Amino acid sequence: MTTDVGLREPPQVSGGDDAHGHLEELRHDPIGLMRRVRTECGDVGQFRLADREVVLLTGAEANELFFRAPEEVLDQAEAYPFMTPIFGTGVVFDAPPERRREMLHNQALRDKFMRGHAATIADEVEAMVGAWGDAGTIDLLDWFAELTIYTSSACLIGHKFRGELDRRFAELYHDLERGTDAIAYVDPYAPIDSFRRRDAARLGLVELVQEIMDRRSAGPAATDEDRDLLDVLMSIRDEDGSLRFSTDMVTGMFISMMFAGHHTTSGTAAWTLIELLRHPDELAAVQAELGELYAHGEEVSYQALRDMPRLEAAIKEALRLHPPLILVLRVAKEALEVQGIHIEPGKLVGASPAVSNRIAEDFPDPDAFVPTRYLEPRVEDRANPWTWIPFGAGRHRCVGAPFAMMQLKAIFSVLLRHWDFELALEPEAYRNDHSKMVVQLAQPCPAHYRRRGVEAGTS
Amino acid sequence: MKVIVDRDLCQGHGVCESEAPGVFQVSKKGVLEILDATPAEERRAEVEAAVRFCPTHALRIEED
Repeated sequence: MTTDVGLREPPQVSGGDDAHGHLEELRHDPIGLMRRVRTECGDVGQFRLADREVVLLTGAEANELFFRAPEEVLDQAEAYPFMTPIFGTGVVFDAPPERRREMLHNQALRDKFMRGHAATIADEVEAMVGAWGDAGTIDLLDWFAELTIYTSSACLIGHKFRGELDRRFAELYHDLERGTDAIAYVDPYAPIDSFRRRDAARLGLVELVQEIMDRRSAGPAATDEDRDLLDVLMSIRDEDGSLRFSTDMVTGMFISMMFAGHHTTSGTAAWTLIELLRHPDELAAVQAELGELYAHGEEVSYQALRDMPRLEAAIKEALRLHPPLILVLRVAKEALEVQGIHIEPGKLVGASPAVSNRIAEDFPDPDAFVPTRYLEPRVEDRANPWTWIPFGAGRHRCVGAPFAMMQLKAIFSVLLRHWDFELALEPEAYRNDHSKMVVQLAQPCPAHYRRRGVEAGTS
Repeated sequence: MKVIVDRDLCQGHGVCESEAPGVFQVSKKGVLEILDATPAEERRAEVEAAVRFCPTHALRIEED
């Protein structure tokens, strides 16, 4: 393909003089780097990640092109080398949109299953707070990460499998998520501590799944009622009678099914709570809304699917300010043109929720937590479909987004009605750890809880 | 009123079918079929709910 006369090459952002270009900066201050791309270069700018150029697109026009591009033009499969050692080889990272649609329908995310999931999630939250005393302290990252292991395993794989898990699964899973250092763009198996822990954690998960499978093989056959995805996978045999799926493959499938919905939901729950505690007026508005919606003993399974404008707005604003994915990437399979700039095939092309979500023209007072921007008449999420992008947009928009919103509404329906929370650190001390591609809250991130109606000092 | 779907955005969640069953139908494979592209005025509330609650904002109404 030839370059049209008049097309420019993408402008290059400053810095990146090391052998690996901007890799070190991406590992320490990725948002600073991406903002500088926009400031210095505009909607289309370029930085370097090891031996690959990354063209970063921001703003509505460039984002629309990015999110509408078909698979043949911008491909997702090769863009995330740090995921292969986590899922294992043979587990696809992503499927084409047509296949995703089918999967959505055959799987647990379909609209008609949502009510059952809401009840499951409420039960899981109740079970975890059931272990609390009248007052105490939790680490927000650890607590929400464990909760969302249980909710996602129960909803996506099955209740029976969820019942066979404990904290160990959550801890190993966390080590997997920590094994997403951007050094993977140089070598996904580089001899660094977080990659060693990642590989040990994956083996640990395979062992846990093997124990579960052994117990199931030794026990009575599954009944129709409790048969779950693991039973199904264990029942599929090749012509010679051997199991079609090895424990390693089954574990890889489960890891991948849970991955997209885990750290994302966990982090958003934590940030929604932190932001509400930083803004007592907003918290009061959410609590008043919940008080009204549940005034007559309504079930969470019913309400979590209904409108909750104030809580939804708080969640959306936490998502805008602290998007769980700060950079989404594709590989250009064909030459592209964006705003008169030529993108060569083979380059990485990225869009940044962290940057686009804070464009001041679209989101006035962009750094402030202002949930009312989602209420009528502003509705800034719908008004800016290509820059309000915590879930991405277009054909690759997160298919789990409705599930995630329902889940967060169910979680807070339980937590905020029966418990009071208080930040244990200075409100501004809470921040994200950006040293890995999977962004998580930096620890320590403690918060105090107290059962509603119990006086301070009585516990 | 005319119902328009942006096929680049539709992921087949099926919310529209729940909101306006006679107007939208999502196949087992997740493909949206518009059963009634020009619904009668008395269905406006349902169709507007389908547009509003579409998780991918793939639907819109065009007035005659």
